[in-house]
Amino acid sequence: MATVQDIEIPDSAARTAAAAEELQDMHGERMVLNMGPSHPATHGVLRIVLELDGEVITKADPDVGYLHRGDEKIAENMTYTQFIPYTDRLDYLAPLANNVAYALAVEKLLGIHDKLPPRCQYIRVMCAELARISAHLLGLGAFAMDTGAITVFLLTFTEREKIYNLAEAISGARLTTSYTRIGGVMRDLPPGWTDMCRQFLKEFAVALAEAETLLTRNRIWVDRLRDLAVVSKEMAIDYGLSGPNLRGSGVEYDLRKNQPYLCYKDLEFDIPIGAVGDCYDRYLVRMEEMRQSMRILEQCLNKIPGGANNETKEPVCIQDGKITMPSKQKVMSSMEELIHQFMLVTEGVNCPPGEIYFGHENPKGELGFYINSKGGGTPYRLKIRAPSFVNLSILGELLPGCMISDVPVVLGSLDFVMGESDR
Amino acid sequence: MSALESANKIKAKFGDIVAEPTEFRGEISLKISDAEQIFEVCNFAKRQLGFDYLVDISSVDNYGDDPRWTVIYHLRSLTDNVELRLKTNVSEEKSELPSVLGVWRTSNWHEREIYDMMGIRFSGHPDLRRILMWEGYPYFPLRKDFPLAGKPTDLPGVAFTQISPMEGGPFVTIPSAGDAIGREPRVRTPEE
Repeated sequence: MATVQDIEIPDSAARTAAAAEELQDMHGERMVLNMGPSHPATHGVLRIVLELDGEVITKADPDVGYLHRGDEKIAENMTYTQFIPYTDRLDYLAPLANNVAYALAVEKLLGIHDKLPPRCQYIRVMCAELARISAHLLGLGAFAMDTGAITVFLLTFTEREKIYNLAEAISGARLTTSYTRIGGVMRDLPPGWTDMCRQFLKEFAVALAEAETLLTRNRIWVDRLRDLAVVSKEMAIDYGLSGPNLRGSGVEYDLRKNQPYLCYKDLEFDIPIGAVGDCYDRYLVRMEEMRQSMRILEQCLNKIPGGANNETKEPVCIQDGKITMPSKQKVMSSMEELIHQFMLVTEGVNCPPGEIYFGHENPKGELGFYINSKGGGTPYRLKIRAPSFVNLSILGELLPGCMISDVPVVLGSLDFVMGESDR
Repeated sequence: MSALESANKIKAKFGDIVAEPTEFRGEISLKISDAEQIFEVCNFAKRQLGFDYLVDISSVDNYGDDPRWTVIYHLRSLTDNVELRLKTNVSEEKSELPSVLGVWRTSNWHEREIYDMMGIRFSGHPDLRRILMWEGYPYFPLRKDFPLAGKPTDLPGVAFTQISPMEGGPFVTIPSAGDAIGREPRVRTPEE
């Protein structure tokens, strides 16, 4: 006769309860993990002190300042023109856009920001949009690589190389462009540049579509990004987010549309906004912004006054010897121009006393300059409102509740650059 | 509502402590004479006038003048698309004004930065630590009496003093006497 033995099989709820009881000592035990400042996913020198419960983040304390160079202090000790090279090194992924932002701020102080020659305005818009594409491409490539999709990085860097070539052609430098001057730009577009730019746009459209097929409907990519680090509309405004991070949360605010500067009001483009405010929305907004930048660039190439080779000799600088440098030939032959050049080099552009704030729609968000002038060629105080700095301040609120493996995704979707954040 | 109308509304509400609005290059500035009231003014501007977005807080050192500090708030209303600048002066003896963290949470890091760079404190700020310089740095570098070349400090080379999760681990320099160069293992001579 067979014996019957009772085998106890607890249901899943009971098993979980038993396991939880066994693990009771370990519950509530927090571990502190130091991430950065030298970590490949922190895109520079950001340090985050994470407090973990298992793999879940319970507290995050971002620590910035490892790249602090004292740019604001430096600015107080030199002329306005001398500070232009320092702006290259703020958001070093978009130096051309920084140059434009800074020049416009000083021009606003001088009261000449709406009197710029049209050709100069178009050139500056093209610079800013090329910089936007370049910065978004790097952000996208690094973002995808941190998430495990390495191919995208190779694609975007190939395209970035072409933008660097374009920057080199106009300014002579690939990274430290310093292309703008107070009252204009360093020089006109070189011959053949517009064709180069058109060629780039043609190739870039293909590469962007290819990058998009690799990511936008990619199961892994979508699963890792969607519903992660949701920033509501109210939260985005409360934390002062700007740029794609603000628009990703569904706030339709773009300084190019809302406070148009340069020739943006003559150009047609759309402002993409997100619906949910998660990492996936921020990614989609950046993708669409690149397409809109292409649209702007195409319009600029067609509409630029003077055409490709400037046959009609349109000026690219304000024709005022007290603001922009006179031509060398005139300096050598005329007394007045010689005095102007001497004053501009030794004293700087003579700005009126007063204070202004100018915000520029940079790739990372609103790059603002507050200039407090007591008159003369140097600012009394120059405050840089760095978008990355402000965007990073939300991390302490955003990361708790995420897993460790989500951190690179959240950081990639916020797309910051420490050179600008730390100034 | 235009910026000038908003400025006049603030003036109507707070009366004597608000000066006449001034305009320069199309920007409206409003001076608040009593820094202690800045929280109330900002709160009113946000809740009643719709200035939902704080762009920036800056500070100026009027070295040699009294009061020494000026703190500048850049307010923006995203719905009306107008901007307003609020300014308030703080004396050097006091060097403190109320935090506006309860109005806009973005002011957290801005106020920490001003404390770090200028040494102006914000009462009611829950976490007023240095942000760009390291904890324990003795000077305030954006003050006008701080030289551009910097000042030497006798601080240890290890920057963080509060929480250092890897202390004692294999990755930190040896906490001993001497300067940072001496402690750096790479530059130590083999005899030592």
